[in-house]
Amino acid sequence: MKTKNMNLWALLWAILGMLYFFVPLYGTFDFSLRMKKGVLSFLAYQVVLSDPQFLASFRYSATMGIITVIASVIIFLPTVYWIYIRLPQARPVVEIISILPFIIPAIVFVFGLIRTFDRPPLELTMTPTKTDILITMGYIILSMPYMYRAIDVGMRSIDVRNLTEAAQSLGSNWFQILFNVILPNMRIAVLSGALIVFATVLGELVLGEFLVRPALGPYMVDVGRDEAYQPAAMALMAWGLTWVCLGLISIFGRGNTSEQLTGR
Amino acid sequence: MAETSIPIKSSKVADRSYTFDSLKNWVGVLPFFLFILIFLILPSTNLFIGAFQDQGGHFTLANVGIVLSDPFVYDAYVTSLKISVITSIAGGLFGFFVAYAITIGNAPRWMRGILMSFSGLAANFGGVPLAFAFIATLGHTGFISVFLNQICFSSPAGIRTCPFDIYKAGFNLYSLAGLTLCYLYFQFPLMVLTIAPALEGLKREWREASENLGGSSVQYWWNVALPILWPSILGSSILLFASAFGAYATAQALTGGFINLVTILIGDEIRGDVLNNPNEGYALALGMIVVMAVCVAAYTILQRRTVRWIKS
Repeated sequence: MKTKNMNLWALLWAILGMLYFFVPLYGTFDFSLRMKKGVLSFLAYQVVLSDPQFLASFRYSATMGIITVIASVIIFLPTVYWIYIRLPQARPVVEIISILPFIIPAIVFVFGLIRTFDRPPLELTMTPTKTDILITMGYIILSMPYMYRAIDVGMRSIDVRNLTEAAQSLGSNWFQILFNVILPNMRIAVLSGALIVFATVLGELVLGEFLVRPALGPYMVDVGRDEAYQPAAMALMAWGLTWVCLGLISIFGRGNTSEQLTGR
Repeated sequence: MAETSIPIKSSKVADRSYTFDSLKNWVGVLPFFLFILIFLILPSTNLFIGAFQDQGGHFTLANVGIVLSDPFVYDAYVTSLKISVITSIAGGLFGFFVAYAITIGNAPRWMRGILMSFSGLAANFGGVPLAFAFIATLGHTGFISVFLNQICFSSPAGIRTCPFDIYKAGFNLYSLAGLTLCYLYFQFPLMVLTIAPALEGLKREWREASENLGGSSVQYWWNVALPILWPSILGSSILLFASAFGAYATAQALTGGFINLVTILIGDEIRGDVLNNPNEGYALALGMIVVMAVCVAAYTILQRRTVRWIKS
């Protein structure tokens, strides 16, 4: 009797949890189909996808996402590698630094960025190109916890020392060791980090809005202010994109050692 | 972690490195530290220093004092703290029960799978799209609002009453209550993700031992499980608190900036100095960092206490 009660209690909360997940999701889907009066249609999606401004801001954010991923790997991979083989005593410091962006709210961070770089000598907010450099640096910092952890977890799962010695004995230089030996061996971890970083940059609002660049986040806020049905369609597409990114990560993880991806 | 770091330390490569000038080793991480210094530490310290300077650049505590006594700023902090506390407690409780259901509560297997993977998804689903989803669901013409509004009864006298108009009943999505509902959408999954491992770490032997000694279910939870779990529960709640406290995008997209949160206020300050001088804005931002730093310190301490009991 007692155990049966416990099961019902658990079932109740499981159902409530499912409802909280699915009702807004279904509600958004239902709402997004009602743009044409009286009939259900995908008109809202068509309108969004054919809006040149949407395409432009999507292209901008996607480009920024790819640049951020590449730049993050270039900055963090040699650092983590170096810590593993030469400087284990630096690990605690770097680990704390890597989670700082979780501690400093994005809005505070962008405030500091603007007030530091909008004045001489750099004046990085003066031209679009300079601002793009600044915003890339901002994206790298904001997504650092994910990328750093992904690389760190990947590095932990491979035998860095033996790989390095093998490559050295075959005459590789440091660059070749890093990008021809180490990186390919932990491509799954890096790829999962890259997907999260990419999704983060696509959904990021604060940097794009306050550095005034045509990113996807500010575009969505603008549309949300004026339109009714397109935002619902965009919310569902954003949901789908997040789902695809996380789905890909777990698919990659299944084929290989799961340790590389759990990321804890 | 100890397993990997010890062999590397004693490895040939690392041994050789100790015979080099040890300063030379730091050269390898110099680019990273330089990058962090310029784009993270420098902006943060600039805010920090600015908070204690007047407009001429002289040291002063006036900014902090003025910000603390400004009723508008005070109100923003109260609102931010209120929504963070409410959503971390409500989300924490809800998430705890859901995590309980899908770990040791024996909910149906298919539900566990769905709830676990959706938690990972929803915890990452925030910002602008989340606000849109709730507007489409609970806004004036949203799915639930319309659905409830359509439930009408005709009295024998022919008067139709529609008792479930949530907006007439005083609900408003574009308010603190509405924002709370939005935040809960990522708060409780975050709790599920962080507390589920701790719940799974509860050993069945403890429960059996408690039952053998004649303990009831309540006694088991009160005297055995909760004392073991509380550092994890509190630690996870702090995480939820911090994630709500620093959130900006959802509130901005939902209310158009008409809700007085600290993050929204800082946003206004960046757009066009709403406070008397820019240095007061720095003091405002500094307050947020202080709150977050306290959270992280508490979380780290609690995390250490957790590891003692829960071994996966």
